[in-house]
Amino acid sequence: MNKLTSKLKGNKLAQIILLVLYVLITSLSLYLAQASVTAFLLMLFSLLLLYYTELPDRLKWLIAGVVLIGVIPFVSSTGPGYQSYMEVATVVGIYVAMALGLNIVVGLAGLLDLGFVAFFAIGAYTYGIFATGQAANFMPFGTFPLSGESFWIFILIGCFVAALFGVLLGIPVLRVKGDYLAIVTLGFGEIIRIVFNNLDKPVNITNGAMGLASVKPPEIFGYQFVYPNQFYYIVLAILFLVILAVRRFEFSKIGRSWKAVRENEIAAQSMGIHLVRTKLLAFAIGASFSGMMGVVFAAKQTFVDPTSFTLLESITILVMVILGGMGSVPGVILGAAVITILNLQVLTEVTNYLNQLSLDGVISFPEALAPAKMQRFIFGAILIIFAIYRPQGLIPSKNPVFDEESLKEGSKKHRKEKITVEPDKGFQA
Amino acid sequence: MLAEILQSLPQVLVDGIALGAIYAVIALGYTMVYGILELINFAHGEIFMTGAFIGVAMLILMTGMGWLAAMPAILALILVLVVTSILTGFMGVGIERMAYRPLRNSPKLITLISAIGVSFLLQDLVRFITEYKRGNYILTGPSMFNEQFSIKFSSISSSFSDAFFKTSTMILIIAVVIMMIGLDFFVNKTKWGMAMRAVAQDRETASLMSINVNKVISLTFFIGSALGGATGVLFAVQYGTIDPYIGFILGLKAFTAAVLGGIGNIRGAMAGGLMLGILEMFAAANLQLLTGGIFGAEYKDVFAFAILIVVLIFKPEGLFGKAVTEKV
Repeated sequence: MNKLTSKLKGNKLAQIILLVLYVLITSLSLYLAQASVTAFLLMLFSLLLLYYTELPDRLKWLIAGVVLIGVIPFVSSTGPGYQSYMEVATVVGIYVAMALGLNIVVGLAGLLDLGFVAFFAIGAYTYGIFATGQAANFMPFGTFPLSGESFWIFILIGCFVAALFGVLLGIPVLRVKGDYLAIVTLGFGEIIRIVFNNLDKPVNITNGAMGLASVKPPEIFGYQFVYPNQFYYIVLAILFLVILAVRRFEFSKIGRSWKAVRENEIAAQSMGIHLVRTKLLAFAIGASFSGMMGVVFAAKQTFVDPTSFTLLESITILVMVILGGMGSVPGVILGAAVITILNLQVLTEVTNYLNQLSLDGVISFPEALAPAKMQRFIFGAILIIFAIYRPQGLIPSKNPVFDEESLKEGSKKHRKEKITVEPDKGFQA
Repeated sequence: MLAEILQSLPQVLVDGIALGAIYAVIALGYTMVYGILELINFAHGEIFMTGAFIGVAMLILMTGMGWLAAMPAILALILVLVVTSILTGFMGVGIERMAYRPLRNSPKLITLISAIGVSFLLQDLVRFITEYKRGNYILTGPSMFNEQFSIKFSSISSSFSDAFFKTSTMILIIAVVIMMIGLDFFVNKTKWGMAMRAVAQDRETASLMSINVNKVISLTFFIGSALGGATGVLFAVQYGTIDPYIGFILGLKAFTAAVLGGIGNIRGAMAGGLMLGILEMFAAANLQLLTGGIFGAEYKDVFAFAILIVVLIFKPEGLFGKAVTEKV
């Protein structure tokens, strides 16, 4: 095995051939065996494989784009499982964007936010209220519901409103010390949920525990987005922008100040970093990703109610970040995908299988132990195990190392130089 | 409006003191651990919850075997309290040993994450054990100490109405007072208590003074968890129905109480707990009246968190704590 990997290392052609072969085989198996979840998972696995190849970044992006836009929707489109695969892929995309948002707050800036789902809720309600008749209860002008064409503007509005709430929460809260922040954000998450749950009086804004039903689906030039395979492309487009933004932020001035604040607040402050402003920006940007995906979520589900935004959701997103690796963008994407698929597919499949076994009388399997109900147990175990044995996560984050000589020679030249990376030491202490 | 508030005040006070007593004891667990390790022990609320389940399970078992009818109820309760607190005490020590000690030199963020993990793990463990045994994870204990009493506040002044309470409320308050006095005595007057205070002040120097720091930390977890577990039993007897998720919100409020009284300060936690309990009951009873029907009793949790946020912003050292400057 070791021999094989050492041979592959450095041989780009072999890597490409292997990858193409893998994609071909998995897509063929998915094409032929439509109902097989395993084939679908193996198909997605090709993206991880792609990450580990040594191809140039642009080529990697191109291949990932082809696989995501073309291959996956096409090969799964012929069978009965099409919509459910696309549903899973869409939800994975939504969670990846949220996990990337939380990654900025927890992974880069080192602020433990346990109420992150609140921003998701704010995004979802922002669209939900205006895309149903609900807004007519308190808006003095305009006709509601707004048409589905407003969805595209609402992605921006949701982003902005969530960022605003991030700042509003941040201004008072970020002055308190690190570990209090966890508790306060936890409280904030609960407050938002309780408020949405009870804001049906005195003025009916959120329709309380009943939730908002029949949210208008997005629409463009008369074309309606209703099915998961259509939402898949919306999510993919937003996700692309989010990943682009995160990569840009990570190595920019602000990204480096986040890391500095994470490592040592006092030292960072004495280096001239404005603590509150830096933290606020982390909060606002993280929240805005979540808000955008909240709008998409509301449009996709066509139903919003407070039970979608519990503490368990916040912790789920946190688990994604911890599992993948705090501060590491590819890691967090992997973590979000693994946890979402585990939640949506694997646990239910295993539960069904076990139920079938106990129906057949092979084993007697108590309902209480159904894996689909064990989310908290599994997440708790993941958190403890990763905190103790692998705090840097599955794919540790890396910092670029610049060559001093080439930097001195001039800024133009060094861009062409190969930038090496070294592991981020933040969480390995 | 004032007349109505006055009218209900005695009942609010009685209920508030009962709830506040529970907050106070759980807050002690948070504050002791924070004082020594500077760690928010998220799992503490779950230890309280586990205590409640162990207690109710024992009571149900004893009823089934006919012991409860054979011995006086108060004796049975004391027995259950002692056994539960020993069990949860050892559980706390185990949690510290497994999930916190390996991380003592890691960044604080990592330890916090481990604590959240423990909390979730415990919730689900209790959930599936209960569901496996009983088919339903919501548990109702045998009804005990249900005799109603009333204090005749109306005889003092006609603007008050009478306050009603059950025997269990009285037992709860008495038990909590005993626990608090015991703990206060232990921390301030015994050798081990002195060791605890020394470790809280400066771990390294304490270890140079031949104090076994690990043992002291284990002891702190034992005492905090034992108190939490015992309170769980009292909570179950007082309020009847329990589920595996009570620990979370109650723990959060108890933490608020600990912050209110100044975290790390044991007497402060007691006072903070009582204050929060009374404030919360007052809010639950009168919020609707005070805001003209805009906010109802369902906002009482929001009220508790709002207190937490306000305290953290304006007086982060708490009402009875000392402000500390960070050493570089």
